[in-house]
Amino acid sequence: MNNFDVSFILDSLPYLLKGLQFSLILTAVAFSCGIALGTILALLVHLRVPVLGLIAKTYVALIRSIPLIMVLFWFFFLVPLFLGWLSGASRPVPVGATWTAFITFALFEAAYYCEIIRVGLRAVPKGQFEAAAALSLNPCATYLHVILPQVFRATVPIILTQTIILFQDTSLVYVLSLTDLLGAASKLAQISGRLTEFYLTIALIYLVICFGASQLVWRLRKKTKLQ
Amino acid sequence: MFELLSQPAPDGGTYGKWLLSGLTWTMALAIAGWAIAFAVGVAIGTGRCLSGRTIPAICRVYVEIFRNIPLLVQMFLWYFVLPELLPPNLGDWLKQLAPPWGNFLPAVLCLGLYTASRVAEQVRAGIEALPPGQKEAAIALGLHPRHVQYYVIVPQALRLLIPSLTSEVMGIYKNTSVALTIGVMELTAQARQISEMTFQTFPAFAAVTITYLVLALIVWAGMTWLEHHLAAPTSTACDPRPVFLPPVKEENR
Amino acid sequence: MLNQSDPILRLENIGKYYGRFQALADISLSVQIGEKIVICGPSGSGKSTLIRCVNRIEAHDSGRVIVAGHELTAKTRQISQIRQDVGMVFQSFNLFPHLTILQNCMLAPIKSRGLDRSDAEKIAQNLLSKVHIANQAHKYPAQLSGGQQQRAAIARALCMKPQLMLFDEPTSALDPEMVQEVLDTMAELASEGMTMLCVTHEMSFARQVADRVIFMADGRIVESSPTEEFFRNAQSERARSFLRRVDL
Ligand SMILES: Nc1ncnc2c1ncn2[C@@H]1O[C@H](COP(=O)(O)OP(=O)(O)O)[C@@H](O)[C@H]1O
Ligand SMILES: [Mg+2]
Repeated sequence: MNNFDVSFILDSLPYLLKGLQFSLILTAVAFSCGIALGTILALLVHLRVPVLGLIAKTYVALIRSIPLIMVLFWFFFLVPLFLGWLSGASRPVPVGATWTAFITFALFEAAYYCEIIRVGLRAVPKGQFEAAAALSLNPCATYLHVILPQVFRATVPIILTQTIILFQDTSLVYVLSLTDLLGAASKLAQISGRLTEFYLTIALIYLVICFGASQLVWRLRKKTKLQ
Repeated sequence: MFELLSQPAPDGGTYGKWLLSGLTWTMALAIAGWAIAFAVGVAIGTGRCLSGRTIPAICRVYVEIFRNIPLLVQMFLWYFVLPELLPPNLGDWLKQLAPPWGNFLPAVLCLGLYTASRVAEQVRAGIEALPPGQKEAAIALGLHPRHVQYYVIVPQALRLLIPSLTSEVMGIYKNTSVALTIGVMELTAQARQISEMTFQTFPAFAAVTITYLVLALIVWAGMTWLEHHLAAPTSTACDPRPVFLPPVKEENR
Repeated sequence: MLNQSDPILRLENIGKYYGRFQALADISLSVQIGEKIVICGPSGSGKSTLIRCVNRIEAHDSGRVIVAGHELTAKTRQISQIRQDVGMVFQSFNLFPHLTILQNCMLAPIKSRGLDRSDAEKIAQNLLSKVHIANQAHKYPAQLSGGQQQRAAIARALCMKPQLMLFDEPTSALDPEMVQEVLDTMAELASEGMTMLCVTHEMSFARQVADRVIFMADGRIVESSPTEEFFRNAQSERARSFLRRVDL
């Protein structure tokens, strides 16, 4: 500790930033796909669509009960088999860890976003559905123009908080040996033997990003509460 | 499908035994971690609601640091970095701790203190969510401030908290798997190890996944039971049972 | 195809259950075009349930509901057709909080009637001026007073050009000083010949506007008389005691 070496960190900053870039892209992709899929799942459950609603419910409960690392291992194992089966090939199609990470995070987060949106759907007052029906809006227009916009407004702070957790969780791709921010730091640390410097540095980077983001969410929450 | 579990493993036992040992470590991490998380979390969370400046500020700093760094990074800090930062003899003692404990101890501390920051937030939210009228009414009745907390505020805050604490308990047992990155052989680590040994990935993963599901079910059932038994009667459910209160003792003057 | 003499609404022996509780029993009623009917009765007597069966927000269990010559059944197509012609105003306004007042008024004409934006906007602006809140068009519901919100809700229903308007205690959720502005709006609407079915406890409004008063109790129509007669000489003891309590 006596010889905390900053120059090491500065020299390897570009590599760390590239890792950070991967973390952010993974977060963004998982967020967009997760929200889209999560909304669909939530609607299936909320509308009690026969069969599909039950499947969605089971999927969400299942995913939410297993550790993310276990899910990553599952997908790392299953996705090649599934693609092989889809393409009719007799053997698994290797897809690589990067793709596995993207697919897993999108599908995993969908379950968490689904739960948030489902609770939001339940919180919409019954009168809103009735007013829409009295105006003869069809179910599609009712959800698209009346219900979902209200749900998203009400749940934006929770969704964003979940997304900050998602960003933190992307560090778990370490178990697939990918080079995200943590992966980059751990590779550099191993080469140089400077574990202390590198791990403290990225801890600080994560802290700054997540703290900043959560402050923004907090402000947003206060603003929406005032309205 | 699960004959795998009765097959002999290289160490003389069976793979089922491996899985059981993984389960033990997972449970140990979760239970010990939760004990730390609950105690520290309630303390920090209440601390944030005290009047004055210093204590709430310190508690806030704790929460912000522990919940804004990924758990995995915190694991590495506890395992790799802390021994370097401690005085040399203490650091060396940590590094040379006998095998399972050298990994288990940092993992438990990490998991417990990380979850504590989340519990603290829930506790704070629970206290803040109580309508101010409750405290005012209790004071107006002439209750001693200590009794206001003990009989009125805390029992209500605790009830409000149970659903969110459920999700934190669910969180901590899922997060135990992160300990595999610093070499704790918990369930997920065993799943990977068995699959690498036997190439029977599917049964190995399935067995572990089912174990996790059963754990989740137990946690959920336990918390639902707790919630039900502590629930205050609401106006719709006309439950004649009295609100749960600690027994009132005669005060000695 | 609807003759002038045909009723716009006909209820034949309506029955409605919530589980084993009978909320409506053997309700029969017929409303002519242009008629204004006030429904009153003690709380829990089934007034809301009755009015909500007219546009099938609640489905009735027995009997027939016939709106503008079409019987209401479970067929979706037909229900949405009929809902276009039946406007409804709720006790709790139920404006869409994420849309401006103008957008609230334009949504259904565009999505259900298939109007284009400019036409819908013209109609909406028109009706908002009529209920005297044209200058609030670009505000959100939460920024308006209760009375303004309820008038906006009336305008929103009118934008669909309904043939029949349903009101379910439209002034019960309002502060006392705002009740009159909403009643005035409704009276104005009545004077223009709108057919109205209105649940309210505002007896002065009933006296001024209604052609007929219906008194309900325990899910049944106890009394249905021309307004004058109802107030002068109610037939049933229940109605008389109700009037003594409400009307001073
Ligand atoms: N969704 C429902 N489920 C069960 N009972 C209901 C429901 N809606 C209304 N009721 C019951 O039906 C009766 C009539 O209700 P309602 O039509 O709202 O009365 P009113 O509008 O005259 O006050 C009441 O006793 C009420 O408790
Ligand atoms: Mg009512």
